[in-house]
Amino acid sequence: MDYTEKLQNVSVVGAAGKMGSGILLLTAMEMADLSLKPENKKRHFCINAMDVSGEALSGLMKYLKAQVLRAAERKIVALRDAYSDRKDLIENSDIINQYVDDVLFLVRPTTYLEPTYDSSVVFEAIKEDPELKVKVFKQINENSKKKPWFCTNTSSIPINELDKNAGLDGRILGVHFYNPPAVQRLVEIIKTDNTDPELVEFANTFSKNLRKVVVPSADFAGFIGNGHFMRDALHGIKEAEKLAEKYSFTEAVYMINKVSQDYLIRPMGIFQLIDYVGIDVCQYIMSVMNPHLKDEDLHSSLLDKMIELGVYGGQNFDGSQKDGFLKYEKGRPVAIFDINKKAYQDISTLKDKCDKELGELPASAKPWKAVIGDKNKDEFFKTYFNELKSLNSKGAQLALDYVKRSREIGLKLVSDKIAFSEKDVNTVLLTGFFHAYGPINDYI
Amino acid sequence: MTKLRRKTYMVAGYNTVSLGTGRKEFHPKKPRPGLEHYIKEAGQETLKMIGGAENVDETVIGNFMAAGFNKQANLAAFAPYIDDGLRYKPAVRVEGACSSGAMALATGIKSIQAETADVVLAIGVEVQNSVKAMYGADILAAAGWAQERKEGHAYFFPGKFSDRAKAYAEKFGEEKARKATAKWYQNAIENARLCPTAQEYHNTTKDLFEVGMTKPNPKAFVDSLNVFDCSKVSDGASAIAILSEEGLKRCGIDKNDCVEILSMGMAEEDITKPPADLTKLSTTTAAVEKALDSADINKERIGTVECHDCFTIAGIMAVEAIGFAGHGSGTDFVLEGNTSRTGSVPFNTTGGLIGWGHPTGATGVHQAVTIWEQLTGKAGDAQIQIKPEKPYGLTINMGGDDKSLVSIVYKKAV
Repeated sequence: MDYTEKLQNVSVVGAAGKMGSGILLLTAMEMADLSLKPENKKRHFCINAMDVSGEALSGLMKYLKAQVLRAAERKIVALRDAYSDRKDLIENSDIINQYVDDVLFLVRPTTYLEPTYDSSVVFEAIKEDPELKVKVFKQINENSKKKPWFCTNTSSIPINELDKNAGLDGRILGVHFYNPPAVQRLVEIIKTDNTDPELVEFANTFSKNLRKVVVPSADFAGFIGNGHFMRDALHGIKEAEKLAEKYSFTEAVYMINKVSQDYLIRPMGIFQLIDYVGIDVCQYIMSVMNPHLKDEDLHSSLLDKMIELGVYGGQNFDGSQKDGFLKYEKGRPVAIFDINKKAYQDISTLKDKCDKELGELPASAKPWKAVIGDKNKDEFFKTYFNELKSLNSKGAQLALDYVKRSREIGLKLVSDKIAFSEKDVNTVLLTGFFHAYGPINDYI
Repeated sequence: MTKLRRKTYMVAGYNTVSLGTGRKEFHPKKPRPGLEHYIKEAGQETLKMIGGAENVDETVIGNFMAAGFNKQANLAAFAPYIDDGLRYKPAVRVEGACSSGAMALATGIKSIQAETADVVLAIGVEVQNSVKAMYGADILAAAGWAQERKEGHAYFFPGKFSDRAKAYAEKFGEEKARKATAKWYQNAIENARLCPTAQEYHNTTKDLFEVGMTKPNPKAFVDSLNVFDCSKVSDGASAIAILSEEGLKRCGIDKNDCVEILSMGMAEEDITKPPADLTKLSTTTAAVEKALDSADINKERIGTVECHDCFTIAGIMAVEAIGFAGHGSGTDFVLEGNTSRTGSVPFNTTGGLIGWGHPTGATGVHQAVTIWEQLTGKAGDAQIQIKPEKPYGLTINMGGDDKSLVSIVYKKAV
């Protein structure tokens, strides 16, 4: 396999979406870096940015320019070397601007699928819809002369199923980036029963060059990431529903969100995370996974109801958060959706009461931000969870139940052979979800 | 050696905060005071202490690269912006890269010597947070020879001193060099914590030596320096008044509040030539020798030094350039604690460039202000003890890679 040759003509389908734009950015920079190597000076590179929305493609180009500029600034030391033969580029600013141009000039935005027929590798990041994905794969595959490789970013659909239904003969691999791809370090790689080994080798080299952490997952709906997240979310939802028998709905959501963030020392509470991913996306992923599960119903009627009411969450193109279970101002939750009144209730009106109900946080508690970079995190969590166990408060009890459930989910992914090791489960949560500790631990 | 012909004094020193990363009030995305603000704040505070602008004959503003950082030249015309009383009076802006501040002092001293002024307001200023560090590196690279820029490192000056650090480590041992620079860093931050205007005043790191020992990361930065070895990007200004005896009388200033300038030594080296020996600051030695000769003192009588530690290795080399330690022994001298605030000759007692900050064009003036504070007992929490047998203060301000040097000897006036 000639890695460079494979990357000379690439397409990203669904390029203007949240995931597609990140994959496009990283791939275009990798291609530009290759093109700058002396041995590649005569090679021609191009990347098709295909999306059905022309308007979104305009936004994509603005996003790309800003992101490439930031990346170029960060890697100026390496870029000075890469452009050492260009006598006309003297200052850092000259080199940075040239690199931005060199990356952007590789990108060909298009609303048509035809340009992708020339590509050796196609990254797919369209809607999480098996039929639509199969249709797109088929069309490209049947029209292409190159027998292209397909890297799908699906987070939940079994790859074998896509392979079989689109007739790709093993030229497909799950290459699942996390949101946002430019920031999150995790890539889950999912082989089918007959994925071309060269494609796997390519994806591993590619991910490594992008400085990603690769975790292999078995080809089972939801893989490791959503396999954990969807169940973890469902646990939070169920706990909130239980609390809502005694408290108001908004109070219940507030308490579980607080427990899953402050008590669990996670980057965001579970309802905020559902909003971040999108309530509709979560509902859809569950519906894709559910038919494959035995003895388990991965479904939430609460999510259905939110969607019926037109509350979706998710993000705007600029990365700002749309309102969902929570309402956001400058990215911070300020109110909670009252499903009965169909209106948001300010957090300030219920915070004091709920905090009192939950009880004091353990004295050693720290915010996630303060712990994530700590070299002695392990020691900290030992002390912290010991203290949590000694508390006899509602908050501590909810938190302990949550930690136990999260661990149970992780262990089941291993015993079901979806994850190849406990370490892989922890790596996914640490690098794909930015957790400060893996779910499979001995803290409690 | 030529001696100063006329008694010359300094008084009324003032430093703005050295603003940049590390200061609690600094936020890279929020608006900050501009060049005008800093010139005005420092200038006005010094004017207040000398009875107002009407007492001033001339203003000198030292600045390196406002043309690049702030798209601003013709800085002399900011003198009347400080105070209406400076309108239609002479003012001049001087530039000598990072020695611009001391060049401003030298220019003021020369006016006093020439008897064309009795009271000079000297200001140094630089506002560098206007651009990100990698673009600031382009602007600062102008302190070197422009023909060398293309071959130079992305971070041009850190690259230059990384080469020096590498040569020094190769010649005298890497481990000791690393420890000595870590110790230099520790001293700098500990001193800065005692000075409210210092950029590292809010630094709360527990084990400073360990931080100083951080291994360099050539992929993200330079080969032989870590980021803690480098002075930070700073916005700030310093001001001080330079006066003759007549000037003191005019302003009604008590000599007890002043330092006397005993000498200054200036030296230039060819900007197009690489250093003959990367492990030595030869031009620094030349300037310091001139200053000490002219003041007629030897180095043993120096009680405190403000040296140009733009990088920790430059601090070690300055110790050797002055002659406190032999070539290659500056490391021991520092590790034994001689340069710390309770050592035999405390260096950079308000943090120096590493700890207080390095608003490039302001640094030379800031050094003079620190020496003035220390010798007249005005250094507050940062005050060190000045022993009677070591009454002299020394400043060394360096422009470029040991190219433009100004060294000044001070003593409390009597």
